[in-house]
Amino acid sequence: MPKRDDLNSILIIGAGPIIIGQACEFDYSGTQACKSLREEGYRIILLNSNPATIMTDPNLADATYLEPITITAIEEIIKKEKPSAILPTVGGQTALDLAIQLEKNGLLQKYDVELIGANVQAIEIAEDREKFKSAMHEVGIETAAGRFASSIDEAMEIVREIPFPIIIRPSFTMGGTGGSTAYNIEEFSDLVDIGLNASPIHQVLIEESLLGWKEYEMEVVRDRADNAVIVCSIENLDPMGIHTGDSITVAPAQTLSDKEYQKMRNWSIKCLRKIGVDTGGSNVQFAVNPQNGRMIIIEMNPRVSRSSALASKATGYPIAKVAAKLAVGYLLDEIRNDITGYTTAAFEPVLDYVVTKIPRFDFEKFPSADGTLGVQMQSVGEVMAIGRTFPESLQKAFRSLETGLSGIEPKKTPSRDLSLYTMRFGTAFRVQKIWSAFKQGRSLKELHDATSIDPWFLHHIRQLYQKTLEFSLRPECVILLKKNGFSDIQIATMSGKSEDDIRSYRKIHGILPVYKIVDTCAAEFESQTPYCYSTYEQFDEIEPLDGKKIIILGSGPNRIGQGLEFDYCCVQAVFGLQSIGYKTIMVNCNPETVSTDFDISDRLYFEPLTYEDVMNIVDFEKPDGVLIQFGGQTPLNIASRLKESGVSILGTSPDAIDLAENRQKFGEILTKLQIPVPDWGTATTVSEAIVIAEKIGFPVLVRPSYVLGGRGMEIVYDGAELERYVENATEISGNYPILIDSFLEDAFEFDVDALCDGSDVYIAGIMQHIEEAGIHSGDSACVIPPYWLPKNSRLMIEDYTRQLALSLNTIGLVNIQFAMKHNTIYVIEVNPRASRTVPFISKVINIPIAKIASQLAAGKKLSDFDLLSKKRNHLIAIKKPVFPFNKFPGENVFLSPEMRSTGEVIGIDSHLGAAYAKAEIGSGNRLPKSGIAFISVNDEDKIQVVSVARDLLELDFELVATSGTAALLNENGLPVAEILKATEGRPNILDAIKNGEIHLIINTPMGKWSRRDEYMIGRDAVRHSVPAITTISGARAAVRAIRAIQSGKIRYHSLQEIFN
Amino acid sequence: MNRLSKENNLTGIPAVLVLENGIIFHGTSIGAEKNAGGEVCFNTGMTGYQETFTDPSYHGQILTMTYPHIGNYGVNDIDNESQKIQIAGLVVKDLCDTPSNFQSQSSLQDYLKEQNITGIQDVDTRALTKIIRSEGAMNALISTDVDDIAGITKTLDTVPKMTGLDLVSKVTCKESYPYPPPKEMINNKYHVAVVDYGVKTNILKQLTESGCRLTVYPAATEKEQLLAAEIDGVFLSNGPGDPAAVNYGIDLVKSLLGKKPIFGICLGHQILCHALGASTYKLKFGHRGCNHPVKNLSTGRVEITSQNHGFAVAIESLPESMQATHISLNDNTLEGIQSLNFPAFSVQYHPESSPGPHDSRYLFNHFIELMDQQ
Repeated sequence: MPKRDDLNSILIIGAGPIIIGQACEFDYSGTQACKSLREEGYRIILLNSNPATIMTDPNLADATYLEPITITAIEEIIKKEKPSAILPTVGGQTALDLAIQLEKNGLLQKYDVELIGANVQAIEIAEDREKFKSAMHEVGIETAAGRFASSIDEAMEIVREIPFPIIIRPSFTMGGTGGSTAYNIEEFSDLVDIGLNASPIHQVLIEESLLGWKEYEMEVVRDRADNAVIVCSIENLDPMGIHTGDSITVAPAQTLSDKEYQKMRNWSIKCLRKIGVDTGGSNVQFAVNPQNGRMIIIEMNPRVSRSSALASKATGYPIAKVAAKLAVGYLLDEIRNDITGYTTAAFEPVLDYVVTKIPRFDFEKFPSADGTLGVQMQSVGEVMAIGRTFPESLQKAFRSLETGLSGIEPKKTPSRDLSLYTMRFGTAFRVQKIWSAFKQGRSLKELHDATSIDPWFLHHIRQLYQKTLEFSLRPECVILLKKNGFSDIQIATMSGKSEDDIRSYRKIHGILPVYKIVDTCAAEFESQTPYCYSTYEQFDEIEPLDGKKIIILGSGPNRIGQGLEFDYCCVQAVFGLQSIGYKTIMVNCNPETVSTDFDISDRLYFEPLTYEDVMNIVDFEKPDGVLIQFGGQTPLNIASRLKESGVSILGTSPDAIDLAENRQKFGEILTKLQIPVPDWGTATTVSEAIVIAEKIGFPVLVRPSYVLGGRGMEIVYDGAELERYVENATEISGNYPILIDSFLEDAFEFDVDALCDGSDVYIAGIMQHIEEAGIHSGDSACVIPPYWLPKNSRLMIEDYTRQLALSLNTIGLVNIQFAMKHNTIYVIEVNPRASRTVPFISKVINIPIAKIASQLAAGKKLSDFDLLSKKRNHLIAIKKPVFPFNKFPGENVFLSPEMRSTGEVIGIDSHLGAAYAKAEIGSGNRLPKSGIAFISVNDEDKIQVVSVARDLLELDFELVATSGTAALLNENGLPVAEILKATEGRPNILDAIKNGEIHLIINTPMGKWSRRDEYMIGRDAVRHSVPAITTISGARAAVRAIRAIQSGKIRYHSLQEIFN
Repeated sequence: MNRLSKENNLTGIPAVLVLENGIIFHGTSIGAEKNAGGEVCFNTGMTGYQETFTDPSYHGQILTMTYPHIGNYGVNDIDNESQKIQIAGLVVKDLCDTPSNFQSQSSLQDYLKEQNITGIQDVDTRALTKIIRSEGAMNALISTDVDDIAGITKTLDTVPKMTGLDLVSKVTCKESYPYPPPKEMINNKYHVAVVDYGVKTNILKQLTESGCRLTVYPAATEKEQLLAAEIDGVFLSNGPGDPAAVNYGIDLVKSLLGKKPIFGICLGHQILCHALGASTYKLKFGHRGCNHPVKNLSTGRVEITSQNHGFAVAIESLPESMQATHISLNDNTLEGIQSLNFPAFSVQYHPESSPGPHDSRYLFNHFIELMDQQ
């Protein structure tokens, strides 16, 4: 039976901003769904608040709503667009939650719209652990021992039935939020309390611990005729007890016998059938007791997930695409397998290689986290690597991570405690510790007892270590190590040579990689796939691509400071180059992304983005050029070396890009152009730093050079602080100097994105930060057009942008940050490459500037594009970051020069208030329409807070404040109730927050040394989901937003409506 | 061709796999150190190597496993599909010598040695698979005489061709026996004669679980002997080699048609088809793996099946008295038939799986239903 013809239009719900536990895999799945349903002739309506996504590119849907993913917004959109159906299974938990709300509120019925791909009943059974448990028991599938509790009392009863350690899982939270493991009765009650609070229905599951059991995932696809296939099995290297998102995982499963595997397969399919997932993909998780093989189902997700993105990339089977086709009525055997071109989707992929995924953590950004992994996900990204064997793929994955590792090797940082005790707990680099432990003579058994990691994995890690012992620089040895995934750098270290030496040694001896294909079928059938990986074996499988071709280097793993935005730019570059007749070759190692979808570029190399791996591809393909300006910091790390090796780098040269980091040279250019810059200097010692800071004058902005996302950046107010800073900073920056800039307090900040072809400049837009200077641009909300920028200042910004772009010989994109203080415009930073704001601005001005930039790099001129005639719209757009504070409950919520946001949302409207309201709502801040606002501000903000308070009163808010602020408001004639600080006695502000008596918090930081109160307020606000605003400018914008919400002036428009 | 084609790694005795077409794969020796020849084929299963190696249908073949790590979970007593390893030689990318699984009793390396089976590892099995795919199944020889390729080629010439080869006589039982053994008395309703062309143990287990008592007979048993045993149905087992070479089997089945319900699997399916008037041919490269989609033409359902066959029944050769019931979704070849005149049906694939998915176990019940209708 073919597709349904009773459907005309389909509304697809996206996943919203990138958060921990929900990253760009949903751009990948959403993009696939949009493309595959559109090619079936349906009208596609898309709702997603994340402007950095490819899926929200206006040509991927017929009506693209960059609006908050809320029940209010979707109801308006349904009213307007009258979709026949809604597909909620490709937008993560966000989309599923909204689908449930739609059903609960009776809106599906009211507007006669059908959910496809999932039904609410199935979602509820899958997500309600209680219903899930009993459903599984009904069909004979075993679950862990344990029960549910809705109160501490109930929990205390259950705890008597189960031995410690005990797992506590809050119901209905994402990415394991609020989950924990209790080892004793004392922490048990605390943790149950946290869990109950995290759960929207105030319920936790208390279960036997499966710590140390083997953990597996099955990716299942089922159609409405009950045909079901297992796309991929995944085995976690890290045993149970560590969230699967934070575990190193391997596909396919390695240590299951066929009988065990088939039992797991049968249970997976039975589970989908029982839950009622009639069309689409699901992820089913299992635990297996290594002692006796006892198998337990842990959970299932009735939607495409992070794991299904991984499974799609690991096998070449596009789960989201297939799920979308199934949702509109196709059967599995009616969908073509794109890779072979003639078989169908009704089959189970087989692998003839091994895939390893390693999560990427950013613990440095969150000092409150101790780095121990647990049942709550903390990783911010991941890499995947393909090798013919597990050791090869594991090594490739480690060098893909961009954490300074060239494979498995002990970390270069001073060696930590390697006692077996420390290995009991999962940490980001436990495998490195295991390596070191083998080196110290520990036995496999000791390490297995300590870590519970399966001996099969430990054996391979030990073998890798042992192979290094036999090494001497002979061809046979080099071949052996290359087959085991060792990088040239690792071999160079072993032999006391340089990486270049090893590279030429390999070339002399003909030790070169071959490229193999990912084809879903282990070579059983001929395949059309352009999806490749390297290995060291006897036969090469592919030929270099014919014709003009360009390599685009991707952005590697997601991390704070480098996420989806750069993948968007890379994919746009592919589109841009393809449209002017180039073949495109993508190199990337991030399995979540659109760029690593095998049907985006003409050829995909799923490879680490290291010099060695990229040069191997360059040597093999001999491309016409390599594009490095779209992948964020990742390609820049190797750009200069590629250029030195004779690779043709297209567009802006690596030297120019580097220039922006080199303060000395950059300073000379600015002086020559007579462009003002805050006073600055560089220092490598404490005394140098003090001299410079005193010359510039405190406060100063200090940071290590050559870091990303404001890593280690701080504002320093006096010499003592500076001393402490410099001492710590050398750990981060090594031998690179520390940059010291004059800090422009209370300045306005601007971001400009522009295109340059070497002789002409096009300014795409000027964005103004809402927060004042001193907060990292990635963490700052920004607005386009600027809300406060006098005309001559604007002209000056435009002029400086032109001069800087031209003098850096930019060919492609350039991003410049400016500050404005007392009508002087200062240049703060220049980055002649794609920036984080490129997708945002592209959406707002409706011009794909990354795509154009790729064509400029390939030789086009700005005059080839009709850019200036595009009519200017009268939109106001806000970009608002989202933060992972709910994952790091001990974290300070105040914004700083160090970037900590994981993603962003957009708010577009014709009024600033409405746009800001949408951005706030989209980022998950439930701005209240009325209620009680708590205000506590520092002395500098006190004058300005009065008007904010007055506005809130006008909007019918009641005010409470701590003594200082209350006195000030009283003096100004504003009614305010006084409340105690946390340290002043009880009941205090924290009690009020916990009791739900506070609906809005305006709390600006009081300075470095009196933050205990603020820290606790921030923490409790996050826990109890009370919007907390930490800057005065943010508060002003929030007031306008509340006014817009109150007046009901919020309308929803699709990009197509706005621009066509 | 780069350096990697010649240089062997440091960790074993060098060995080669020489193909009939002259291509040489280098690797290191595993299992017993000796020469072994046979038709080289590949299997794409990612689990179930022990079941596969002990499956009599693989008798005499050089088997390439496309999944790179083989031996991960060791070997045990429960995964055997016959009394011994049936393959002539094994080709893998990486043999795991330190298995991990609670059921593991020994390593695959030890098991191969104990059964005197040779193999080769560190082979570019993907390249080998592509050669088999594009050039068809061919003979090959595994040898550690790496310096005497000419000698190996000579030996390779003496390896018999698969077509026309009756391998059944090598794997069938010598005399009939009851299953399960009499000491495990069961009271199952139907007495079924299993004609053993190389039967897998799990077929016997599945028939028993479905409600049959079994007597397993050698392939060359006479019809009278079977019918005298008061049987309710006849099962035709899987087995190795060319079905056209098993004339005595075809004659036996012809004589049983209409007398008792008949169910055939794999070689049993091909023999039944011959008996019903259809013909078989050798596939360019066989179906060997656990992921083969088969469509049940009467229900429209897709089953993921376990397959192992180098020959197939020609769909266009089916007489009007036969109906195609299952086809392969990969290449549209015939996967199952039923007779319109007699209570007889068969499938080319392995519903008993082991290894492989359990999607098609319903066929055993179908056999019971046919016997119920008698």
